[in-house]
Amino acid sequence: MKRYSAFAVAREAFRNHLGWDRAWRAARPKDRYDVVIVGAGGHGLATAYYLGRNFGITNVAVLEKGWLGGGNTGRNTTIIRSNYLQDASAAIYEKSRSLYESLSQDINYNVMFSPRGVMMLAQTQHEIRGYERTAHANALQGVETRFIGPREVKQLCPIINLDGPRYPVLGALWQPRGGTARHDAVAWGYARACSDMGMDIIQQCEVTGVRSSGGQVTGVDTTKGSIACSKLGLVVAGHSGVLADMAGFRLPVESVALQALVSEPIKPCMDVVVMANTVHGYMSQSDKGEMVIGGGADGYNNYTQRGSFQHIEETVRALVETFPMISRLKMLRQWGGIVDMTGDRSPILSATPLSGCFINCGWGTGGFKAIPGSGWGMAELMAKGHSPLTAEFGLTRFAEGRFIDESVAAGVAH
Amino acid sequence: MLILTCPCCGVTGEETEFHGGGEAHLTRYGPGSTDEEFQAYLFRRENPKGVHFERWRHVNGCGKWFHAARCTVTLEVFGTYPAQTLRPPEDLLERIREKRPGWRWKDLS
Repeated sequence: MKRYSAFAVAREAFRNHLGWDRAWRAARPKDRYDVVIVGAGGHGLATAYYLGRNFGITNVAVLEKGWLGGGNTGRNTTIIRSNYLQDASAAIYEKSRSLYESLSQDINYNVMFSPRGVMMLAQTQHEIRGYERTAHANALQGVETRFIGPREVKQLCPIINLDGPRYPVLGALWQPRGGTARHDAVAWGYARACSDMGMDIIQQCEVTGVRSSGGQVTGVDTTKGSIACSKLGLVVAGHSGVLADMAGFRLPVESVALQALVSEPIKPCMDVVVMANTVHGYMSQSDKGEMVIGGGADGYNNYTQRGSFQHIEETVRALVETFPMISRLKMLRQWGGIVDMTGDRSPILSATPLSGCFINCGWGTGGFKAIPGSGWGMAELMAKGHSPLTAEFGLTRFAEGRFIDESVAAGVAH
Repeated sequence: MLILTCPCCGVTGEETEFHGGGEAHLTRYGPGSTDEEFQAYLFRRENPKGVHFERWRHVNGCGKWFHAARCTVTLEVFGTYPAQTLRPPEDLLERIREKRPGWRWKDLS
């Protein structure tokens, strides 16, 4: 792999950019791998990357039924934060956020991590108390957050309307080192780094069955033939239930559509991420100038990768209340992704009833921010059988009642 | 947008008139059940990519609960039926089998 650098850009500028390599090889599947990862989204590729980087396991294939990063990795609103209430969540999300800080250098690929700051607005007395509690919890967990008043909110985000028609802005939970990153670049960068370590990334290769013998996984059947493996990682977000069905177990997961939209590009007007959970909408501005808007999930099981119209209306109405200047903006695109929601709104990183088969799912509406940390923990889990990052996110917690209850802690949008 | 017909009051309305209530026909385990059984009742879901039986409530209407059979891939609604039943009506199952040859769900072949 040729390293990307300022020097490389200058060199290529003098020879019509003919010297760039493919970022990753178009691999054909071999008969056998040590580890097969299903799903070449951010989480799957990060798992493969840290298996190689931290544990030297490089005989790895990453299988993808569509195209690389074409699922939720390419469909989210790119927000990165770690201001969670529960210790287990804060640990894995903060690990993830801190890995994002140096990810571009680590994988030699510019993921455009922008720690511009994330604020979650408090618009009721209940929310003030909730976020003050989170700020105190974060102080104990070593996550830098602070509760700020309305004046500071207005200073950080001048386009905000503090006296909205329904809910005034009473303050906010502010995480200065939260922000955004370029979502496609995260998938592409990990894929390039994995390919460089000799791993095979196989696109348009759908898994159609899981092979096992005596309760031990032995391989997968795919549309490109059978592939044997001794360890299997299922990292497929919305389709986790379908893969778990093939592997012979059931998950505490339901798949629903979550949608987002972007406006036409406008001049820079907002250099922080604002989440308004009471009115339910969140917004940031991309480097191209588009306002990136996220809203709510549909209230029923859905595999269609599009959302219902009334949710767009609700989201946009909430944001026009909060940012009156966007009322005349035209929306350019709208899309949906299938998110896997668990009962306690926390992810599952776990061994499964099928020996050698591991699952990483249940990130629900907030998976992008967790990509590096999730990959780090999942790789350790798959290589060593246990990981301090994933210990509390086991599948058995739903039978044992050890929930990591972020649904009560965070309420809505992650 | 989903169009559902409430079997209680007969009104056909858009999905904003209703509220989804999750998977239908779950076995409700009571006192004396094992942790596994409670887990199955509270958290484990079919989550099928295809035919799904679910509960809905006509919140902005008669307020009654009912059942619906719907495809989670095409969003086609196969039909709705009253809440007071442990399994879907046979004519609805037949209609689904016609449209989705080879389809099976739980013990309903």
